[in-house]
Amino acid sequence: MSTIEATSRAGDALTPGELLEMLYYMRLQRAIEDRAIKLYYQGRIPGAYFTGWGHEAIAVGATYALGPADLLAPMHRDLAAYLMRGIPARRVFAQFLDREGGLTRGRDGNIHMGDPRLGILPFISHMAASVPVAAGMALACRQRGQARVVLTFFGDGATSTGAWHEGVNFAAVLRLPVVLVLENNQYAYSTPLDRQTAARALVDKAPGYGIPGVAVDGNDVLAVYAAARAAVARARDGGGPTLIECRTMRMRGHSEADHFAYVPRELLAAWAARDPIALFERRLREEGQLTAEADRAMQGRIAQEVEEALAWAEASPEPAPASVAEGVYAASDGR
Amino acid sequence: MTYLEAIREALRSEMRRDPRVFVLGEDIGVHGGAFGITKGFLDEFGPWRVIDAPLSEAANVGAGIGAAVMGMRPVVELQFADFVTDAFTQVVNMAATFHWRTGCPLPLVLRMPYGGDVKGGPFHSQCKEAWFVHTPGLKVVAPATAGDAKGLLLAAIRDPNPVLYFEHKHLYRYRREEVPDGEHVTPIGRAHVAREGTALSVISYGWMLHKCLAAADAAARDGIAAEVLDLRSLLPLDRDAILGTVRKTGKALIVHEATRTAGVGAEVAALIAEEAFESLDGPVVRLASEDTPVPHSPVLEAAFQPQVEEIAGAIRALAAY
Ligand SMILES: Cc1ncc(C[n+]2csc(CCOP(=O)(O)OP(=O)(O)O)c2C)c(N)n1
Ligand SMILES: [Mg+2]
Repeated sequence: MSTIEATSRAGDALTPGELLEMLYYMRLQRAIEDRAIKLYYQGRIPGAYFTGWGHEAIAVGATYALGPADLLAPMHRDLAAYLMRGIPARRVFAQFLDREGGLTRGRDGNIHMGDPRLGILPFISHMAASVPVAAGMALACRQRGQARVVLTFFGDGATSTGAWHEGVNFAAVLRLPVVLVLENNQYAYSTPLDRQTAARALVDKAPGYGIPGVAVDGNDVLAVYAAARAAVARARDGGGPTLIECRTMRMRGHSEADHFAYVPRELLAAWAARDPIALFERRLREEGQLTAEADRAMQGRIAQEVEEALAWAEASPEPAPASVAEGVYAASDGR
Repeated sequence: MTYLEAIREALRSEMRRDPRVFVLGEDIGVHGGAFGITKGFLDEFGPWRVIDAPLSEAANVGAGIGAAVMGMRPVVELQFADFVTDAFTQVVNMAATFHWRTGCPLPLVLRMPYGGDVKGGPFHSQCKEAWFVHTPGLKVVAPATAGDAKGLLLAAIRDPNPVLYFEHKHLYRYRREEVPDGEHVTPIGRAHVAREGTALSVISYGWMLHKCLAAADAAARDGIAAEVLDLRSLLPLDRDAILGTVRKTGKALIVHEATRTAGVGAEVAALIAEEAFESLDGPVVRLASEDTPVPHSPVLEAAFQPQVEEIAGAIRALAAY
């Protein structure tokens, strides 16, 4: 059995400033999403809207383990990962609003975004489609002798796809520097885990690919960080991919249009008592890292950033109708 | 050299010229590929540029996309074009939309050994180029000659977009041709008049081009001078060349090996109807394979595919219209 239960001890290696930075990004994700939920119910967000409510520890804990030159292939519930790797909040709001200032300039919507220039593979709808692509990004690093690592996120439902299997297998066979982070939130839309897999646990799939797997509490940001840090180090040293199963709960509907009556309310209540942000705040307060003053300052900063970002996005124009056919093809640079 | 050798030489010369170019696919390294295209490459370029990949089309195409995102120039070999179905999401959703979503290039080539008359049956003979011609963001080419096999592969590798390079298996060792040395790039989107004529225009590509040329030779013995246009690129189509030849001759016969309904010929016919109606002296005619899967039996396959006599008959009928 290659499964190791990781603990939160790695928090010891983080400075107080780093711990507060992690909390900041978790709160920033929550604040942006809370604001966007309001926009959604006001009818100002075209199409569907998805949040990562309850996933903040996974997004932040895993992404915090990356070095500056590393690469990211995120999914639809880890907004903080996008923010931490350089996408500004104002462009996120512009993306949600389908504006010219969004990452895809109205060509795609909601969290389907990224920026290859920042080393962030844009996410598309097709679940797990990013996994083989992440392997290819890692392959390019390996070919060039660069010690860069690719971190990719996917859901429990995504692990049932062929793309996931093929991508994980490819990365394992070539021992590519990929870190595979599973956001197991118990559901894929309305489909519970036992309709997704007959495996005892999703992490048990790792040995089938000949790679290590580790299961962690996905609501404990330091546990996620510890597992990711070890996996990033292994990948960088040529040890190949690691599967990290982060266990959490999807705390809202699949999208904001979903009533999610199919989720037992007791289950939600149990997980609500373990909100990842509240858990981390309590810990930081107990350890004296989060003073009342620092807390107020952080909350104020986030509130201001969110309002400024939204104002910028609202000022961003709608895409010009005449631009619809632009950019289907790249022009040759002659090289 | 043969069409197959032209592909090999083009690939090798690009890999020597540009360290970003690499090949990835099933059985292409130690074994040199199911058709031997990459024989000797592993020794010359090593295992990180000639990558023996698992039996895994979605992963292999997806990995090519990922490497292209990072600025490499991957050439991914599908062992047979038929297996691209396993990589469909990667091709039509991930790759085709990439530049439009991001503004960043995606210089990827998929080598697609396709086509019939190889006793391959329903899963090793298909001509599914129209699936991809219907997908904005991709480019699709289909060389018929060794010269264009080289020229279009150079162009495809240097193009900043995903290009599906349909190489016809029956043409691999079909004949020997002169192929220009060194820099010989066939621009994507440019058709070629393979035979000049005035009576009607025969528009084709791939293996069928050769049948059309033979049929045009037969018709010439009856005094009919057919012009034969080799499309070479299917996306984008060379609209000017198609409209130019039809305006010159006033008649169009479109021939392809792909099945008839919603094939590339339908698009060519619609283009002619929309833009060259005033020049037409007869109906636009299509000859294509039957709307069935590709049969395995050589007898059935001969009945399935357009044959030289049939094409010659269609040329005579249209010329007489
Ligand atoms: C290949 C594919 N099939 C179906 C869908 C529709 N769909 C979108 S998200 C989703 C559930 C995803 O579940 P999971 O992977 O567990 O991620 P979660 O949303 O729970 O975080 C489904 C069925 C899709 N996006 N992609
Ligand atoms: Mg899920």
